Amino acid sequence: MILTLIALPSIALLLFLSQELLNSYYSRIITLIGIYGIMAVSLTLVNGISGVFSLGHAGFIAVGAYTSALLTLSPEQKEMTFLIEKLVWPLNSIQIPFFWATIIAGLVAAVFAFLIGWPSLRLTGDYFAIATLGFSEIIRIFALNLNSITNGALGLKALPDHTNVWWAWGWLLVTVATVLSLAYSSFGRALRAIREDRVAAQAMGINVFKHQLTAFVLGGFFAGISGSLYGHWLSTIDPRTNTFGILLTFNVLIMIVLGGLGSITGAIIGGALFAFLSEWLRFLEGPMNILGFKIMGISGMRMLVFSGLFVIIMIFWPRGLMGRSEFSWDGLVSVFKRRYKR
Amino acid sequence: MRKLFVILLVVFLSVSALASIKVGAILPMTGGVAAFGQMIWQGVELANELFPEVLGEKIEIVLLDNNSDKVQAVNTARRAIEQEGVVAIIGQVISSNTIAGGTVAEENGVAMVSPSSTNPLVTQDKKYVSRVCFSDPFQGVAAAMLAFNNMGAENVAVFVDVEQDYAVGFANYFKETANELGGSVFYEYYKSGDQDFTAQVSDAISKGAGAFFIPGYYQEIALIAIQARQLGFYEPIIAGDGAAVPETIEIGGDAVNGLYFTTHYDAGSPAITENAKLFVEAYTAKYGEAPGTFTALGFDTYLVVRDAIERAGSTDREAIAKAVRQTKDFPAVTGIITIDENGDAIKSVAIVKIENGKFVYDTTINP
Amino acid sequence: MGLKAPPSPFSFQSAGGVSLDPKTLLQNFINGLSLGSLYALIAIGYTMVYGILRLINFAHGDIFMMAVYFALFFVTLAQLPWYLAAILAVACAALLGFTVDRIAYKPIRNAPRISALITAIGVSFFLESLAVVVFSGIPRSFRTIFPQSLNEMIIIGGEMEVKYGREVIVGGIRFPVISLITLIVAAIALVFLWWFIFKTKVGMAMRAVSLDIQTTSLMGVNVDRVIGMTFALGSALAGIGGILWAIRYPQVWPYMGFIPGMKAFVAAVFGGIGSVPGAVLGGLILGITEVMMVGIMPGAAGYRDAFAFFILIIVLSIKPSGLLGRPEIVKV
Repeated sequence: MILTLIALPSIALLLFLSQELLNSYYSRIITLIGIYGIMAVSLTLVNGISGVFSLGHAGFIAVGAYTSALLTLSPEQKEMTFLIEKLVWPLNSIQIPFFWATIIAGLVAAVFAFLIGWPSLRLTGDYFAIATLGFSEIIRIFALNLNSITNGALGLKALPDHTNVWWAWGWLLVTVATVLSLAYSSFGRALRAIREDRVAAQAMGINVFKHQLTAFVLGGFFAGISGSLYGHWLSTIDPRTNTFGILLTFNVLIMIVLGGLGSITGAIIGGALFAFLSEWLRFLEGPMNILGFKIMGISGMRMLVFSGLFVIIMIFWPRGLMGRSEFSWDGLVSVFKRRYKR
Repeated sequence: MRKLFVILLVVFLSVSALASIKVGAILPMTGGVAAFGQMIWQGVELANELFPEVLGEKIEIVLLDNNSDKVQAVNTARRAIEQEGVVAIIGQVISSNTIAGGTVAEENGVAMVSPSSTNPLVTQDKKYVSRVCFSDPFQGVAAAMLAFNNMGAENVAVFVDVEQDYAVGFANYFKETANELGGSVFYEYYKSGDQDFTAQVSDAISKGAGAFFIPGYYQEIALIAIQARQLGFYEPIIAGDGAAVPETIEIGGDAVNGLYFTTHYDAGSPAITENAKLFVEAYTAKYGEAPGTFTALGFDTYLVVRDAIERAGSTDREAIAKAVRQTKDFPAVTGIITIDENGDAIKSVAIVKIENGKFVYDTTINP
Repeated sequence: MGLKAPPSPFSFQSAGGVSLDPKTLLQNFINGLSLGSLYALIAIGYTMVYGILRLINFAHGDIFMMAVYFALFFVTLAQLPWYLAAILAVACAALLGFTVDRIAYKPIRNAPRISALITAIGVSFFLESLAVVVFSGIPRSFRTIFPQSLNEMIIIGGEMEVKYGREVIVGGIRFPVISLITLIVAAIALVFLWWFIFKTKVGMAMRAVSLDIQTTSLMGVNVDRVIGMTFALGSALAGIGGILWAIRYPQVWPYMGFIPGMKAFVAAVFGGIGSVPGAVLGGLILGITEVMMVGIMPGAAGYRDAFAFFILIIVLSIKPSGLLGRPEIVKV
């Protein structure tokens, strides 16, 4: 416990240093890692701990992004951006601070999660996954067409650059604390019981539906928060497939699988790895100077390596990095003990 | 092992020690509009070969692929400015990407010159983003004049791609001018990536359309043309500069013969400047065929940026950005380019027709 | 910096309105049938794999895409005549499907279902990225690959007129030849599969595997081979569907399989996942309703893809086993 209390300020110090010493390109990536962490942890709560396979995460992230954007943009900016149809009242005259906008974004996303989860959780396994996928796409397509609310395909531009390392990692802390305490409570144990054997859990008297719905809604809440942060990191959002479509859900899925399905620490590690690899692999696409020869990179190589790595990991290492276990101080110590015993 | 490392280190250091002025080129080399990006890159590359130096130093083009994606547009812009330290950027190609990447350029005070983005929002209220092509308010007027005056159509069906800023804007300017000219238009909608337009075409036919206008990109233009002819629509089809790539003919085949479109330049038009002649010769020598619109625009953008660096007399980003906005009467391939204080260029619109599977120059509409 | 709104250059007329002209309705029904027949072919492959493995093979749409590229290159690079190229391309697609199963799905046969699903997604991504790197992301034309006679239209009704110096038929109901061919191929596939699954030993093995993998392997059946065959067969159908699709919509690009794949999947679920006739029925109905929706309400064209998902969710909520499927019994 004491170690955790020491670790937290040290992380804060590291973040502070990163802001000072690194150029904006790198420090933005560190912020992105925080955002990805929230996305991954919220999805892990649903997919990993509760065993409910949701493919609809992108929808909630999108809802969060749009809600917070519509609340933080100034009325004048909205006037300029909404060129096809005017933004509806009262959205066109509101502007509230980032913190509240993020919270409201999370709440709205949670409401959506409730509305979607209620009918969908009656379905099992694969059917549920497809239903959530469907809902996520429906959200996106509605966003694409509802010009008077979301500005349709034109999207929202010039989102104020609120997201910085502190907001992202701060919310990450909140998310992790909440999910952790939930996972280790009786509620969490019930969730895991449902994940292992649904029928047995039901036989033991656990209300499966209520538990799963609660987890789903909570996951949606934090997804919405991450959406708000993500939108303000991107500074421009639009309802296209690449931004808020299935691709985003898959990316988050990759993160939690990489780190270990069911592990919260794994989710964060997965998020960090993903952010890092995405940018680092870029070198494959530009001209490379090897031994004085200029080798033209191949466009698209990045995604190829990524997906190839992903499939290989799934085949040979499906537990991911952390499996189902969490980071613990004892665990860390035992890793070192094993090393030095040789 | 260590020797190899040392050799590599020395080579690496020596290579990176070569002084050069870095100019970024952020283009969609993959993704939905990669055809445009690749053609523009050809132009930029060719120009770099012909005019490789400025202020006594080599110009190094740093090519970054934005994958036709808005988010990547922002990321690559940041990378170019912060990681690569470019002094100016050529890019991006389609309006939505240039608008997205433009915010980054504005933040950091780096000049971004677009070869082909035509939406007015690209340069509106911006100090650092400019373009060497005309913008859609004018292109819309030209297209409308083509449809209603030159071709005498009435009641035009406009196919709008709801996913693209470019299409939505272009269609609107077309409509405005149409109303002024006394014609009528109605909209049919689709999304980028759609392949089946039979419902929309059937609907347009049943509403008695006298012509189709497709202010979108070539994939959809070609498919709509094919399906229109298949469903019995024989009236004229008009498009915008999104059609100005050979893929339109490759995909569309016979269905696009007789299609007219508005564009920036055609190799068949009389060469106005020395650079124009040089460009056509060099391109034909290198590739064995006539150059296309977007290649010419890429070529021009490089020249304009280089010229701005020369006039600025330094590699200071601020100075270069100012110099870009002061470009006056620059003899480029696609016309004589003057960039006004808003970052827009006043250019003429060329009308090109597709005949027997080839682009044939028709006429020019001047501002 | 005074942020003043510029005079709005946009005045979008929200396109509402419903158009119910009977002739257009009929034409759109035919249009939908044409699209639906393609969905049907692809859906069969999805349903077969799911029936056996309970796996949603997200990579199915990408095998469809690969088959088209194979055909493209067999004609352009290997200079093969189109019918030979088509047959080879379908064979390659079958091989590809088989290989994907061997390499990616077999090792995780016993892992939790989520892993299999995620792997399928990964394979799908991989195939798409591979296509981008190898074939480049620019759309290519398929127009010159197959004889143009396949893209002729069958015209019923209408009158001859002279337009722009050519004699043409105006009006009438039009149906592309290739769509007729697709319907025929789908029907043949249905009959063939019915015979194969119910009248051959391998088919019986497939049915057994779909009921209980472990018991079937205990009975001495080489389960892996049966599963591999299923993949090969389903992928071959995807390949055929792909080539027919490319003839109708002659534009080839690495992501071309994504949306048709998803819609075919919706169709398979709608018709009853695990049931081959269900897949065909689902595909046809989906195609027809999708096109007719746009035809009747042109302003809603942007919602077209959402419509497919709507159907999916409603079907899943009311009758998860689809139109022709059997309800799944969960054994405790």
